[in-house]
Amino acid sequence: MPGLGASFGRGAATNYQQDMANSDCILFMGSNMAEAQPVGFRWPMEGKLKGATLIHVDPRFTRMSAVCDLYVGIRSGSDIAFLGGLVNYVLTNDRWFHEYVLAYTNASTIIDEGFRDTEDLAGMFSGFDQQHDSYDSKKGHWGYEESRPGNAEQDGSKHTPEVESAKDPHVPQGYSRMGSSEPYTSPYEDIINAPRDPTLQHPRCVMQILRRHFARYTPEAVSQVCGCKPEEFIRVAELLCTNSGRERTTCIAYALGWTQHTTGVQIIRTAGILQLLLGNMGRPGGGIMALRGHSTIQGATDIATLYDSLPGYLPQPAVHDPEHEDLSWYIEYGRMPTGYWANFSKFIVSLLKAWYGDAATPDNDFGFSWVPRVDGDYSQLAYFDRMSKGGVKGYFLAGQNPGGGGPNAGLHRAGLRNLEWLVVLDWFETESAVFWKNDPNAPPPSEIGTEVFFIPAAAAQEKEGSLTQTQRLIQWHKKAIDPSGDCRSDAWFFYNLGKRLKQLYAGSTDPRDQGLLNLTWDYDFDEQPRLPDGTLSRIEGEPDLEKVLMEINGHRLNEIDPRTGEPHLVSGYSELKDDGTTACGCWVYSGVFPEPGRNRADERKLSDNPIQPEWGFAWPNNVRVLYNRASADPEGRPWSERKKLVWWDSEKRSWVGLDKPDFELTKPPDYQPPLGATGMDAIAGTHPFITKADGLGWLYSPGIKDGPLPTHYEPVESPFGNLLYPKHSTNPTVRLFPGPLNHIAHMPTAEYPVVATTFRLTEHYLSGPMSRFNSWLNELQPEMFAELSFELAAERGIVHGGWMTIHTPRGQIEARAMVTRRLRPFVVEGRVVHQIGLPFHWAFAGEVVGGNANDLTALVADPNVSMHESKAFTCQVQAGRLEGQALHPTAPTAHWPTLDPIPDTPASAQPEGRIGHGK
Amino acid sequence: MASREHELSALPQTSDPPRGRLSQLLARLISPYLHGEPRGPVPEVLGRLIYPFVRGEAPKPQQATGFYTDTTVCIGCKACEVACKQWNQLPSDGFNWSGNSYDNTNELSATTWRHVKFIEQFSEQTSNVLAPMGTVSDESPLNRWLMMSDHCKHCLAAPCHQACPTGAIIQNEFENVYIQADICNGCSSCIAACPFGVITRSEMGGHSHKCTLCYDRQRDGLEPACAKACPTQSIHFGPVEELREQASKRVDQLHERGVPQAYLYGDVPSETYSAMHSFYLLVDRPSVYGLPDAPFNPWLHMMGDYVRSVAGGLVAIAVLLVVVFLLKP
Repeated sequence: MPGLGASFGRGAATNYQQDMANSDCILFMGSNMAEAQPVGFRWPMEGKLKGATLIHVDPRFTRMSAVCDLYVGIRSGSDIAFLGGLVNYVLTNDRWFHEYVLAYTNASTIIDEGFRDTEDLAGMFSGFDQQHDSYDSKKGHWGYEESRPGNAEQDGSKHTPEVESAKDPHVPQGYSRMGSSEPYTSPYEDIINAPRDPTLQHPRCVMQILRRHFARYTPEAVSQVCGCKPEEFIRVAELLCTNSGRERTTCIAYALGWTQHTTGVQIIRTAGILQLLLGNMGRPGGGIMALRGHSTIQGATDIATLYDSLPGYLPQPAVHDPEHEDLSWYIEYGRMPTGYWANFSKFIVSLLKAWYGDAATPDNDFGFSWVPRVDGDYSQLAYFDRMSKGGVKGYFLAGQNPGGGGPNAGLHRAGLRNLEWLVVLDWFETESAVFWKNDPNAPPPSEIGTEVFFIPAAAAQEKEGSLTQTQRLIQWHKKAIDPSGDCRSDAWFFYNLGKRLKQLYAGSTDPRDQGLLNLTWDYDFDEQPRLPDGTLSRIEGEPDLEKVLMEINGHRLNEIDPRTGEPHLVSGYSELKDDGTTACGCWVYSGVFPEPGRNRADERKLSDNPIQPEWGFAWPNNVRVLYNRASADPEGRPWSERKKLVWWDSEKRSWVGLDKPDFELTKPPDYQPPLGATGMDAIAGTHPFITKADGLGWLYSPGIKDGPLPTHYEPVESPFGNLLYPKHSTNPTVRLFPGPLNHIAHMPTAEYPVVATTFRLTEHYLSGPMSRFNSWLNELQPEMFAELSFELAAERGIVHGGWMTIHTPRGQIEARAMVTRRLRPFVVEGRVVHQIGLPFHWAFAGEVVGGNANDLTALVADPNVSMHESKAFTCQVQAGRLEGQALHPTAPTAHWPTLDPIPDTPASAQPEGRIGHGK
Repeated sequence: MASREHELSALPQTSDPPRGRLSQLLARLISPYLHGEPRGPVPEVLGRLIYPFVRGEAPKPQQATGFYTDTTVCIGCKACEVACKQWNQLPSDGFNWSGNSYDNTNELSATTWRHVKFIEQFSEQTSNVLAPMGTVSDESPLNRWLMMSDHCKHCLAAPCHQACPTGAIIQNEFENVYIQADICNGCSSCIAACPFGVITRSEMGGHSHKCTLCYDRQRDGLEPACAKACPTQSIHFGPVEELREQASKRVDQLHERGVPQAYLYGDVPSETYSAMHSFYLLVDRPSVYGLPDAPFNPWLHMMGDYVRSVAGGLVAIAVLLVVVFLLKP
């Protein structure tokens, strides 16, 4: 999540969900938390019972809007306009938190003279490379005052890889440290010593640039672009302002309604700017809640299933990158001299030691040359685009369903049809497993060459492991029963696959095989594990995941723990070293297993402390509210009694409080770094954002590929031009994937005049791979439908409950019409525009089947994170059904009763429903 | 952080020992046949014949329990519906899209004991301006989406209980209305008697079924599955007295916060109906939620009906007598 990383330093939700009960106001935008995260939504509701105001800004009136105090409808894709309006409102009405902003943000920093804002260049920043459709931040002078290109060149070769052509979507993108790196502001030394103007009057200081940049986002402009009324917007703005400050805090919560846009990162950045100006970061009841998926989406980015990062947000080395040739270069370009990333070398060396064990020595760069290099863009969209063109041979799918849920799913299925082999690990035969026989739009099975291997997977209750959820909380779950039949855990599959591969390559002297051969791969259980009922597990060869967690936590290799006879576990990442004496599989998780037998992820202790620090383990270092130094004023006193969290105890000479301080414990508030200080010593006692090089929250952030400040652009498919910057309709750095399977309705078009957005229902999960095989869920939402307004229905002759078809250049589907006043037409730029909502839970495999909303969406990508734009695209709607055969379920309705009778128990004591219904 | 669970502490007796001298004697008589291993046809038949006459000890009465459902915090997630079906092992009712907002299970039935209702109340005026939830006034257009998790009301004087001819419907030790499906003969009198349409007869077994208030879970000291699953604490479970207190405080709070129309439905008896152990906090008329505005216990008709029947019979006999004896030619 570079949107958060670029502003604050870490790309993760800053607070914890329970903390939403402490908010005085919560703005939900791009989130439908009540429907998508109903369990966590308990906490905002608790806040509401205590008197908090809940605001929902969304294109659709949803089940969440129903319980919020205020709902404002805006057109899909106009989020930056709305948020930019809020920033402008806060600045022009002088509602920003002066002390906080002056002390904790880069508002006073002066920006390089050569920088030109969108105000100067009519919607573009300086440094745009027309040929490649991308920005060169160095040429654009995005850096701080002293980081002139001359200086950078004098500094030697300290440059970053040129951002390559965005026209070619297959060049490597990304590899940044949690999005917090600022590769375009070299030399880094300047960041800490950049000139500042504490009076904020300098025309090139961040505050003044910010004022000018957002000046055109007036309430009237917001209303014109978003389709809401100015008074609605002002009501939201007033609620946010009155609920922020010393005594009160406001939280902003978002989810995929923000990220699934070609401007998603910049939407989140705007929220970051707003929360910094209002002084809500690092404080209880404040922050930005990035609401992630239900299971371990946060964990997937932490432990790096992403192609462009190694565990702990270390950059993935790339094949063509001279800086990634050897370890010293990698460290030189990866580290920052100041702030927490000064410890970069400790993190990467410890990671290599964890992976390669004794084979990693200082002489061989700790095996750095064995780490696979990426040679292209392996993000999902680029990969499947390549696959659809025949460029990929085989593929593993573990618990993922691109054939049903990928954007432009038809293109994804075309990709799967081009493979030689495909391995699907799942509970059920999902679209991605039966695409070769059940896809109604595919050629007959005889013409499809893909060999599909379906591996039945174990459910969560049938395996142990950890989940890292939306608030960075790592929670261990135990195994209740053995999986049935041949079902195995994903860990079992990959562990044994690795073992077999190592056997196949055993004895090889080929240098490229050495990485695999040297990989530490010894996670066998010491003795056959037992189930909770005391019996031995039936499953052979399951890896002991606590051993994996211990490796992730880290060891001191030169010290043997007498209790175990094994190397000593480290108690946290502060113990890591770069001389090869420590090993750590993911530095941000370090501390999760601090001593033998103490798996903190498995702890479930409740205490009087409302933060519940002994319930699971939150990374980093069990901090629940990130940057919580900012919950105290510059002198270290809580901003107010009501909102106190962490403060400086001058007697103990230490930071104390309810939460673990996210700051050096003994660094006093009046600490000023000496000249030339490096690492954490360079961070002043008043600078809470310790993973930024200057310890400040960045209102202005040059580390993002589409600009240092957020700018409103229309979605790639939009019925409107850009009212705010008429010359530039869409994000100039957007990445497109042209091809016959991925046509785009570019620019305002009469053919596709209706705005569509996809959404999620509580009753189903994603594309339905888990839920559409469960009859208790299917009866709740059995069929694909589309939500539309009475006005649009009347215009097209669509009847409530009848059928309608939806067309985009990528495909067409049919759906039942849900005509409702929960959707309203918007008046945008004086024109009426209709919007429809499409749940994305159905496709052609399962107990219930139906039109797939993702057959309509397009492959387009945000330049920072390759995220698609399913939340705003254009379509055409008609009454009636599609021609051709209707879909038929591929799975029979679940048999009932679902459980065998409980043995040795009379009929009258069996579960109630069985009486009279049972077998 | 207060524990949300209301786990009952007192565990009732789970095995019912025989009660009374005769029962004890009979039980002693047949116990070898019930538990002893070698069984022949004669002891088997004897045991089966005598067994129905062994009367168990009634469980000790417990504190009356029930539900208080605060509809103002319901998010319509239907977790209660699924938890109910899963715990009680009830089948799905088929996959039929109703088009009635997000409600596709439509009604309470023998196989759906929890049902979430969705009521869309939106003015026709084209506007996105929405009043705070629950406020209704002449100026602001009505724009709200009401959700309510419905279930058996567990009436103190339950018409279904009064109507049941077989004694299948009882009030158990928690004062919950409970159908013993294995005793039910499927006569359907209870279905006609219930003013809320809670009970239906299962097509599969022919017996009547409805919410048991998770009698089996309560006996083990657990709260009902639906209340356990509810993420926003819309469904509260506990001793009825405590719930009533809690609910009236919540009503006061809502009145203070500008929702003057919040009220409780079913917490106190009316002229025509008893109190219910499961009651609701509503913000609109009951009929908007599909509940009778003034529920009426059919039993109240019964006295008059009996008198009229008897009187009518007497008159008929009198007329007959007159015809037979006095008008004898």
